[in-house]
Amino acid sequence: MADRTRPLDGELLRIREEIHSYAIEFGLDFYPVRFEVCDYDTINILAAQGGFPSRYPHWRFGMDYDQLSKGYAYGLQKIYEMVINTNPCYAYLLNANHIVDQKIVMAHVYGHADFFKNNAWFSTTDRNMMAVMANHGTKIRRYMERFGQNKVEEFIDRVLSIENLIDVGILFETSDLKRQREERLKTANDEIANELDERSNALKSFMRSKEKSEKILEVIKPETSDLRDKKINAPRDVMFYLLENAPLEDWESDILGILRDEAYYFLPQRLTKIMNEGWASYWHSHIMTNRALKASEIIDYADHHAGVMAMSKQNINPYKIGIELYRDIEFRWNSGRFGKEYNTCDDMHAKLNWNKNLGLGRSKIFEVRKTHNDVSFIDEFFTPEFCERQQLFTYKYNPRTGRNEIETRDFSDIKGKLLGQLSNFGSPIIEVESGNYQNRGELLLVHKHLGIDLDFGYASDTLRNLFAIWKRPVNILSKQEEQNTILTFDGRDFKQSK
Amino acid sequence: MDHPIKRDHARFRKIVKGRIRDNLRKYVSKGEMPTPKGDGTFKIPMPSIDTPRFKFGDRNQGGMGQGNGDSGDPIDGQEGEGPGQGGEVGNSSGNKELEVDLTLDELASILGEELALPRIEPKGKKAMPSVTNKYTSIGMTGPNSLKHFKRTYREAMKRQIASGTYDFFDPRVIPVKRDFRYRASDAKIEFENSAVVIYMMDVSGSMGDEQKEIVRTESFWINLWLKSQYKDIEVRYIIHDATAKEVDEETFFKTRESGGTLISSALKLCREIIQSDYDPNEWNIYPFHFSDGDNWSADDTKLCLEILDQDLLPSSNVFCYGQVESRYGSGQFYKDLASRYGEDDPKVILSKIKNKDAILDSIKDFLGKGK
Repeated sequence: MADRTRPLDGELLRIREEIHSYAIEFGLDFYPVRFEVCDYDTINILAAQGGFPSRYPHWRFGMDYDQLSKGYAYGLQKIYEMVINTNPCYAYLLNANHIVDQKIVMAHVYGHADFFKNNAWFSTTDRNMMAVMANHGTKIRRYMERFGQNKVEEFIDRVLSIENLIDVGILFETSDLKRQREERLKTANDEIANELDERSNALKSFMRSKEKSEKILEVIKPETSDLRDKKINAPRDVMFYLLENAPLEDWESDILGILRDEAYYFLPQRLTKIMNEGWASYWHSHIMTNRALKASEIIDYADHHAGVMAMSKQNINPYKIGIELYRDIEFRWNSGRFGKEYNTCDDMHAKLNWNKNLGLGRSKIFEVRKTHNDVSFIDEFFTPEFCERQQLFTYKYNPRTGRNEIETRDFSDIKGKLLGQLSNFGSPIIEVESGNYQNRGELLLVHKHLGIDLDFGYASDTLRNLFAIWKRPVNILSKQEEQNTILTFDGRDFKQSK
Repeated sequence: MDHPIKRDHARFRKIVKGRIRDNLRKYVSKGEMPTPKGDGTFKIPMPSIDTPRFKFGDRNQGGMGQGNGDSGDPIDGQEGEGPGQGGEVGNSSGNKELEVDLTLDELASILGEELALPRIEPKGKKAMPSVTNKYTSIGMTGPNSLKHFKRTYREAMKRQIASGTYDFFDPRVIPVKRDFRYRASDAKIEFENSAVVIYMMDVSGSMGDEQKEIVRTESFWINLWLKSQYKDIEVRYIIHDATAKEVDEETFFKTRESGGTLISSALKLCREIIQSDYDPNEWNIYPFHFSDGDNWSADDTKLCLEILDQDLLPSSNVFCYGQVESRYGSGQFYKDLASRYGEDDPKVILSKIKNKDAILDSIKDFLGKGK
């Protein structure tokens, strides 16, 4: 990768100095940002690998790369920049960007960098992830050499199938999480060191087999109740539960742990898509229009900015909703349009011209970017006026006409739907109920049904993968068309019981 | 050294092609074939492999958008687009389809590339000379519509400078009559190959809408490819049940007849068309016949084989028969042709089209030999 990117020089270096000084001036707070310039192929590679120059070998990175490359070749999409949540914060710029684009992009990057450092949901992410990811790659490559690429890849595929079964709440278990990670890192390092030492291999494999048999005993240990096991304290972290309780080979546990770490690393970004992009857009817009923009660049800037902010009838643009919501909050706190006095005022004229000249807007949005995630952001600041101004609607497929049609513009419907899509980062909430279901060592998961059924086709295939990890029958309790339904896979057949 | 992602990429392509990791096959959505959307743009589905996860069923889920319109207004204009992709906000992954504005030429080259189609070798001696006019030169006379502004103003400026009337402080250039220049054509003799495609489709009762859709899609792509190979191409359409008639394109795809099937009727009409309009010495002739393979009687099949042997095969480049699977068709005609011509007769290409997904393979059957 080293020869694919290069540091800034010349004009870009001067621009960086300039944009950096504005970011500081406006009070943005970030870890040092290291800009690198690269060509489109490199930026496609980085994007396909979640921003990181080095990952473990897996076909899905190849798939994403395939799609990004085709999209670029057909002129449909172009990635201007990639920024990674690390310390120092790495940011990659596309060398084909115009100078004005580079300015926008740098301002945008400083916005992201500030968000990464300050938003509460990012407080426990490992800022050293660049090295950690590379290390994961080395370990998995080594396993592949030892056990065969197909075998290891197949296991990774299975784990990826349950990658979304993690617990948002765990992002705050700071010290505990940290200790676990350090422990794992230590044993992993020991293992790599041990590998170099031929003599210890026999001993190690003896220890491993002993460990394993103890583990299996523990799982099969009969329990009297088939209610939820007492010991599950983070039932939504199914990955962790399996790590602790499934009969896995050492290399398998290691990979499961690695993929779980990576899933948790990316989780905060999935929880704050609207806030993060909105914040970065707010700041590129503010910095450009108040400081950095030259008269000759206005048209290009407006064109670029409008492209990023484009509204779509099919989808919600997180950049657009995000930036508008921050601006709305800033306006409301500047003019005092919040709190009981404003909310209970029924004089429309007074409300329309409400202005208490509080000037609290800027500090309010800084506070918001620190404490909220997308769900609470929308829940707290998404108002009927905002909803109407943004011309939001929900749509639905109409089987009679065979097309998607606008369903409603009703505020509470829209808000409800938006929150529904955002809650639990868009994944169904699934908890481990028991590892000894029916007193037969079966795994029972429960889907907390909040109105939308699971896709049972996908669920069946997921169970198949879960079975390969758990090695005993696996069950999920959910609802289908209002009826409690248990879907079971016993290694050969699927069974549905109401 | 190349970046390691190229290895991931190669591995992904191999999985998609079904060469390794066979157990992933059911999750692969192949996406090599662009589909026309009717407004000049095409959807280019990209191959992808779906990892199964616990996720919400998308029935009735719909989505959210921004913009004007009243409730009940369509949001994507097109009818029959199928359900849109709801799901996570701002995450338009899910369905990995690109919508692109492409010219037919570009599309043909994508198709050729994806299917690794060989270029067609036209029948050599039948190349016809033709005269085309190309606007490659400049003349002093011509109609206003062909006026060459740049050259005209250049002439005027030359004249003004030469005659000393050009004023550097008021650099106006005004052409007069003799400055005007026009694009002019040169006659060029080119040798080109012409081709005619004659589509025949069985529209008897057993060919349902799904079967016709398959024929429609397939013929669109065949036309596209042949058009990219021949400068001049004519397309004729014949439909038949127990009798055959020539129709225009629209009727060809819309008609739903019923009744029995006499394949010979179509072949006879095809023979007549060739005899009256297309001299095999000058034309590359491509008869395509699509049917579900249920001919009326063995006698008629015999008659078909006779017509093929005596008239159609000698005059055409290749005769293609595509058999669309239907619930009612017996598929007997394919077997008859196969037993007569075998699988690798150079003049006859047979292909079975099981469902929509098999269209690509079938196109490859037909065009993959470069005939």
